[in-house]
Amino acid sequence: MDWQALGLSIKLSSVTVLILIPFAIWVGRLLAYHQFRGKSWVEALIMVPLVLPPTVIGYYLLVGLGSQSWLGQLLQNVLGQQLVFHFSGLVVASVLVNIPFAIQPIQRAFEAVPEEVRDAAACCGMSPFKALTKIELPLVWPGVLTALVLCFSHVLGEFGVVLMMGGNIAGETKTIAISIYDSVQAFDFASAGQMSLVLLLFAVTALALTTSLSRRLGGLSVSRRR
Amino acid sequence: MSQDVADLYCRVNQTQEIVLDAEFTCRAGEVLAVVGPSGGGKSTLLRMIAGLAKPQAGEIRYGERQWFNSQQGDYLTPQQRHLGYVPQHFGLFPNMTALENVVAALDHIPKAERVERAKDWLERVNLHGLPDRLPANLSGGQRQRVALARALARQPSVLLLDEPFSAVDRETRERLYLELARLKEQLSIPVIMVTHDLNEALLLADSMILISQGVLLQQGAPRDVLTRPRNEAVAKQMGLRNVFDAEVVAQEEARQITWLKFGEHLIASSYFDSLDIGSTVRWVIPNQGIRFNSIAKGRLCRSFNKLIITVESTLAMGETMRIVASIKGVKHSLNAEVPLHLAQKLALAPGVETEVALKSELIHILETSVAD
Repeated sequence: MDWQALGLSIKLSSVTVLILIPFAIWVGRLLAYHQFRGKSWVEALIMVPLVLPPTVIGYYLLVGLGSQSWLGQLLQNVLGQQLVFHFSGLVVASVLVNIPFAIQPIQRAFEAVPEEVRDAAACCGMSPFKALTKIELPLVWPGVLTALVLCFSHVLGEFGVVLMMGGNIAGETKTIAISIYDSVQAFDFASAGQMSLVLLLFAVTALALTTSLSRRLGGLSVSRRR
Repeated sequence: MSQDVADLYCRVNQTQEIVLDAEFTCRAGEVLAVVGPSGGGKSTLLRMIAGLAKPQAGEIRYGERQWFNSQQGDYLTPQQRHLGYVPQHFGLFPNMTALENVVAALDHIPKAERVERAKDWLERVNLHGLPDRLPANLSGGQRQRVALARALARQPSVLLLDEPFSAVDRETRERLYLELARLKEQLSIPVIMVTHDLNEALLLADSMILISQGVLLQQGAPRDVLTRPRNEAVAKQMGLRNVFDAEVVAQEEARQITWLKFGEHLIASSYFDSLDIGSTVRWVIPNQGIRFNSIAKGRLCRSFNKLIITVESTLAMGETMRIVASIKGVKHSLNAEVPLHLAQKLALAPGVETEVALKSELIHILETSVAD
C-alpha cells in the first residue's frame, strides 16, 4: 500500500475542489440566470473535457505549459518554477479536467431556483450576494454537494492527464492511480489490489453518502418545524 | 402606513422581444388594475416597474424621484426602489418559515424590531398560529397571505401584485377579495394589480388599463371601460359580444339623444357629438343594458328601444342562461345572459319570439366606426 501516493491524491483532490467549487458556483449561477450571445459555445467548451480523452488534454497541457511554450516560460518567470512535472501543474490539470463535473450539477441546481423567488429576494431589498447566501445556496446545496463529491472522486482516480502532465515522481506527482499502474507493471498485484479496493470503497461510500445525505437533509428541510 | 406617499408615473416603449407601449399614472391610495389577455405584456410591465426588467425606452417616476429614465440614463435597482412585490406564485423563500420570510424583507429597520414587526404583519393578514411553518406546509391562501405580509411589512413605496388570486381555489379567492378590499382602505400607496380577470378589476380596482399585445388600449374606471369601450378591440377584450352597425339618422342635442337606425328599428342612444347624419357607426351594449320583458309582450316600460327578437339557442350555465337570438332586419345575432329563473319564467326556448329593451344610456358608439 503506497500511503504517500494516497496522501498526495487526497491533497490533490482537496486543493482541486477548493479552487473549483467557488469558481463553479460563480460560473454555474451566471450560466443559469443569464442569456448572452455565445452562451452555447461557452457551455460546449465547458463540456469538452467530458468527451476528450484525458491523455489528449494532458498532451495539450504538457505542450502548452511546458518550458518550450511562451505561456510556460511566462509562468516560470512569474512563479519561479515550471508547472509540468510539479504538483502545481497537476492542480491546474485537475481543475481543467473537472470543470464539467463541477459546473454542470451546480448550473442545473441554480436553474431550478424559481425566477419568482429570485425576483422576490431583490424586491425584499437583498443584494445579489445576500440572495446567494441566504436563499440560493440553501436551495442549491445538493447540486454543490454532488459537484464536490464528483470532483473529489474523479481527481482521486485521475490517471491519463496526471501521467502526461506530472509524470511519475514520488511525493510530487505520483498519485494513487499511477501507483496502482506501477504496482501492476511490477507484478505487485497484492499492493495494486489493496489500493484499488481503497479507491473502490471510497467511490461507493462517497456516492452512497451523497445520495443519503441529499435525501435526508432534503427531507429535513421540508419537514422541519412542520 | 407612515411612509411618504406619491403617485407613480410610468411610460414604457419597447419594440424588441416583448412589444410594449403604455403610459399611465397610478395615484397614491389608488388600486390600478392592469387587465388583458395572457401573454399581452402585463407581467413584463410589472417587472419593469419593479426594476426587474429594463425597458428599451421610457420613464418611470415615483413622485419626483426618477426610477428609470432612458434619456437621462437613470436606473434604480429593485432594492433602491423599495417596493412590495407579490409574484403570481408568491415567490416565498422555500427554505424559510413564514415568519422568516417576512423578517427577510425588513432590512430597513433595526434587527431587534424585525421579529415583532413580522409577527404583527402576519396577524394583520389573518395568519394566526402559523409563523413556524415552511411555505411547503401552507395552503395556497396562506402562502398568498405570507407574500402579502412580506410585501407590506417593508412599508413599500408601491405595492405590485401579479395575478394575486390565480393560484388559489375559488373559495379562498372570494375570501382574499374581501381581505384585500379591507386592506385597501388602510393603504395610502399606489397599488398596481395585474389580472386577466375583468371581475377582479371591477371588484377591487379604482382604475384600470387594458393592455393587449403590448399596447395600452384604454384606461379609466373599470365600470367606464366596460360600458364605454373606446373601440371594437377594447369591446372584445372586455367580453362585450353585442357589437352592431347602425346609421345615424338624427341628433338631438337638447334632449341629449342620438337617433340610430338599426335594421328595421329606430333606437335612441346617449348623445354623441360630431357624428354626421347618414354615417354608419359601430355601437356596443353590455349585457346589463339589455332588459327582457318580464311582464307581458307589448307592455315593456317607457323605453322606446324595443327590439323583437327570436331565440335561436339557449344554454344553461349555472345560475344564468346564455341566449343567442336573431333580431328582425339585422344580420348579426344578439347575445345575452339572463338569470335562469327569469329565463324559465319567460319560457325562453329556441323559436320563442319575445321583446327586449335596450337602455339608451348604456348604448355606446365606438370611436372607430366601421362601415361594412
